[in-house]
Amino acid sequence: MRVLRPLALTMLLGATALAQGPTYGVGRAPTPEELRARDISIGPAGDELPPGSGTAEQGERIYRIRCAGCHGRELEGGRAPRRAPRLVKTEPGSDVDPWAAGRILPYRSPYATTVWDYINRGMPLYQEGSLTADQVYALTAFLLYRNEVIAEDLVLDAESLPKIEMPNRDGWAPLPDWQRLSPRLPGYPF
Amino acid sequence: MGAKRPDRREFLRGGAALAGGLTVGAAEPALGQAPPEPERYVRGDPDLIAYGERSRFVTSVRIPHPPGGRESPDAFGLVFHVAAPLQDSVGTITPSSLHFVGTTRGSLMPEIDPAEHRLMIHGMVERPLVFTMEDLKRLPSVTRLHFIECAGNRARSTHKDVQESHGMTSCAEWTGVLLSTLLEEAGVKDGAAWVVAEGTENVKGASSFPLAKAMDDCIVAYGMNGEAVRPQNGFPLRLLIPGFEGIFNTKYLRRIKVTDEYYLNYNDYGHLSRDDTRAALGYQVGPKSVITRPSGGQRLPGRGFYEISGLAWSGGGAVSRVDVSTDAGRSWQEAEIQGTAHRMAHTRFRLPWSWDGQEAVLMSRCTDEVGQVQPTQAQVAEHFGRPDNPSAGVPGLDNTIQPWRVAGDGSVHNARA
Repeated sequence: MRVLRPLALTMLLGATALAQGPTYGVGRAPTPEELRARDISIGPAGDELPPGSGTAEQGERIYRIRCAGCHGRELEGGRAPRRAPRLVKTEPGSDVDPWAAGRILPYRSPYATTVWDYINRGMPLYQEGSLTADQVYALTAFLLYRNEVIAEDLVLDAESLPKIEMPNRDGWAPLPDWQRLSPRLPGYPF
Repeated sequence: MGAKRPDRREFLRGGAALAGGLTVGAAEPALGQAPPEPERYVRGDPDLIAYGERSRFVTSVRIPHPPGGRESPDAFGLVFHVAAPLQDSVGTITPSSLHFVGTTRGSLMPEIDPAEHRLMIHGMVERPLVFTMEDLKRLPSVTRLHFIECAGNRARSTHKDVQESHGMTSCAEWTGVLLSTLLEEAGVKDGAAWVVAEGTENVKGASSFPLAKAMDDCIVAYGMNGEAVRPQNGFPLRLLIPGFEGIFNTKYLRRIKVTDEYYLNYNDYGHLSRDDTRAALGYQVGPKSVITRPSGGQRLPGRGFYEISGLAWSGGGAVSRVDVSTDAGRSWQEAEIQGTAHRMAHTRFRLPWSWDGQEAVLMSRCTDEVGQVQPTQAQVAEHFGRPDNPSAGVPGLDNTIQPWRVAGDGSVHNARA
């Protein structure tokens, strides 16, 4: 650890230097509209979630039309050539271990925002970006309801979605602090 | 423009016929001692003078990864992973045309007009900024050699050659602006800790990485091997996060967001783990090397002198040493490292060897400047107290030692268990 201390000091000094004004004056400020339109990174706090809302009931209707073709009518996942992951856990109950339940994204995700972000960025396959914000809220509600994470009548929106307590909220390994010239894993010689 | 240009294949065919007529006949040498003549002499081709091509005698190409996987492009024009022909590599640079290609999932290639492309830097910064490509080229630049390796670059006993076993790594000379330069220009706010990078593929893949890494050595690259970044590698702009697994090196880069916490966006979900060890080993690539010559599928024509040559690299820094064994790891000799070993770059190593015609097993072992040493599969299993079973796998990117068996007839085979 003694080796790391000078590095940490350098980083602190670096952070102070960052607070200064621009050096080159190249580039322009984005407009507020540009920022809103382009910022689709949804963090755990949900600050970036757009206006809109949806329920599990609405989500089920959208799922039948837009998702079931690949993920299966019962969210059981698809076979080749339309391989798509299973979206619902098999074991009933709201206390099923998210790591034992298989790789079920709407159950294993530590944050509900990750489910929203994933659908919004990546679904449906090759029609990405075609779902409205209301539809993404509704689909998220449907998937979380079917995995027994939320009640059927919960209306998901920018307020309610980040408040959902996912079963894997604290069950995942944090990432190591990265330092220049540090090994991949302390104590691992390879 | 297309209408004015003759169809290229037609042109080449016509050119070849014409050239054929003008071939200087290799006259029978009077004394039988003249140096060998070329196959023929051909007229210059205006297209090939404007933009060169390799010799028609050189035929190495990329192949689908994993071996036998989906062809790229498929019937719909989608591109999947393709691996570089390392068995034919010389030096340290992978030609851009042969650089491996990884896609988040099968995807169409975005065709981006650089005049329209914008990079936005925002989030926890004092001054959110939008840069055009011309803006970026005004800023102080760096040129550095860096490898990129896909996390799926895992050797199996069924792999026949080094392209199948190790072809999802490549090394290029990248030119661009340090990400730290752009972040300093925007002014990172106190409390910022993470950076999210986003590209422009069908899936707007996004990867999170620590701010400490962003401020250290990441490059927003517009140049690759002396020209613009190739479309398959992210034209017009890609991110280099040297030493991190391939998926972090966001192609078609359009947005950088500085955040206070780990955002767990699209690509990050793939790294989610319950286990601290797996989580830690899924980021920085470990010390790794492979002998590319002689390697699987090649054949030594007979006993005698051969140079053993290969590539070594590490996500932790520069390669400091490579050892080579010709007796299945019983004894090791230090190999010569070509020139200066660059940080997070393929490094060529060489060892002179005289083959006695007996069966031999060749291995290489990389040590990096951090002191990390490339392990055997058995060493990894022992470290984690597990049975030495290849199907147990290696946590994180597989960096285990690759054995090649030279049989008595000179044929070279994968000797991985």
